[in-house]
Amino acid sequence: MYTDKVMDHFENPRNVGEIADADGVGQVGNPTCGDIMKIYLKIDNDVITDIKFKTFGCGAAIATSSMVTEMAKGKTIEEALKLSNKAVAEALGGLPPKKMHCSNLAADALHAAIENYRDKQK
Amino acid sequence: MRRVYFDHSATTPVRPEVAEVMQNYLTANFGNPTSLHYFGRQVRKALEEAREKVAAAIGAKPEEIVFTSGGTESDNMAIHGVAMINKNRGNHIITSAVEHHAVINTVKALGKQGFTVTILPVDKYGLVSVEDLANAITDKTILISIMHANNEVGTIQPIEELAAVAREKGIPFHTDAVQSMGKIPVNVDKLGVDLLTISGHKIYGPKGVGALYIRKGTRWRQSLFHGGAQERLRRAGTENVPGIIGLGKACELAVQDLEKESAYLTTLRDKLIKEVMDRISNVRVTGHPTRRLPNHASFCFEFIEGESMLLSLDMKGIAASSGSACTSGSLEPSHVLLAMGIPHELAHGSIRITLGRDNTEADIDYFMEIMPPIVERLRAMSPLDQENEFAMESSCAACKVSTSCHR
Repeated sequence: MYTDKVMDHFENPRNVGEIADADGVGQVGNPTCGDIMKIYLKIDNDVITDIKFKTFGCGAAIATSSMVTEMAKGKTIEEALKLSNKAVAEALGGLPPKKMHCSNLAADALHAAIENYRDKQK
Repeated sequence: MRRVYFDHSATTPVRPEVAEVMQNYLTANFGNPTSLHYFGRQVRKALEEAREKVAAAIGAKPEEIVFTSGGTESDNMAIHGVAMINKNRGNHIITSAVEHHAVINTVKALGKQGFTVTILPVDKYGLVSVEDLANAITDKTILISIMHANNEVGTIQPIEELAAVAREKGIPFHTDAVQSMGKIPVNVDKLGVDLLTISGHKIYGPKGVGALYIRKGTRWRQSLFHGGAQERLRRAGTENVPGIIGLGKACELAVQDLEKESAYLTTLRDKLIKEVMDRISNVRVTGHPTRRLPNHASFCFEFIEGESMLLSLDMKGIAASSGSACTSGSLEPSHVLLAMGIPHELAHGSIRITLGRDNTEADIDYFMEIMPPIVERLRAMSPLDQENEFAMESSCAACKVSTSCHR
């Protein structure tokens, strides 16, 4: 059902946790539909220098959260905004069709965190 | 890696004694039971002996047993068969909100064909109220179908009382006994039912075979399959002989061992429930505290999701199941848990442990060694906790479970 890469990120998720003094925090999903992803960012000169996540959800939700943090770290916020949910799924070697719909929100959480950072800058 | 199987409500291994009696009917005794020659006659004899065993196991007469491909077909056959022959008398069918999809979806399909359907609610333990049933009956009611024991939470319905209400009004009563058979006594006269479903692979028999009991005198008409005259014109198609022989043996053994196995499984189950509740915080046991199957323990773990728990358990060699949306192929968690009033967010965190005759106390000990760290790890990863328990206001249009969402 899941690729080895999905299982690897589920079993050994990267960048789990919170950043106490985060520059941006984004959260998507809700417990009713079964997935919540929360992403914390540290940003220096428009570059994502640190990123952490917390996720309530299935194996795919945890794996996509982990993967998006790896993909986003070190990128500028412009580059990070170009990351899509599809790209995250592809980086994991694909997800089962039903998971594309219900668990692949990681890029949305990242974008929400960047939006939160930008709002704070205003 | 150590492997522990805790998913016996999904399926059971075939008992060696069952496999042994089936073997002969795959090879040496291969005749078609409809054939008149020696090869056919030998198989026909064995088939009728299997029918006697199935009938004896539930207190029925052999001629009241129809062999089918399993629980789903038996449920469909029972509901369609009664509905179709009685449609000139009325068009109202009553069932419950916690039925297996084999019943719910069959009744809903009839709802699109001019029948009206009442789906009875359940209480927080998953029980149907006798009073609710009595109040739901109209002069158009032609069938009531309520399961004996629930597959997700293990709750045992008061079938004797429910069926008595139906009998008083002369309404046929069907019960799906797929989960109860072999775990608690199942007797058609004591239960007072007119139709009853059983399945082979839930009682250490083979997959792809089951039976429908139809009480003599019940108005019922074959309406699913058209073909030959097998099963006294009640189910066309060459009989699944090895499966039926296996079903007969499995029924015989199930009844023979019921008391001993039920006591053994109850002890294991109670140990499991106690240890989970003692050693893991923020867990709820789902289902009825006493009216539950002896092998059945189901839980909702707060703040974490069922599929994540299942995957984590599987990585440690433990097989369980969940009513979480992510394992069902739909975006909705278990309809049973929702019908019991369990909120969506909690229903997503469900785990079902169903024990079997080969499980041991050491299996429970292994589970208790593995499960607490899994819960701790997933909770550490979750943005939810007691202070922030499901506090979000937003909801999800994509999931169609509430009002608006991020997608």
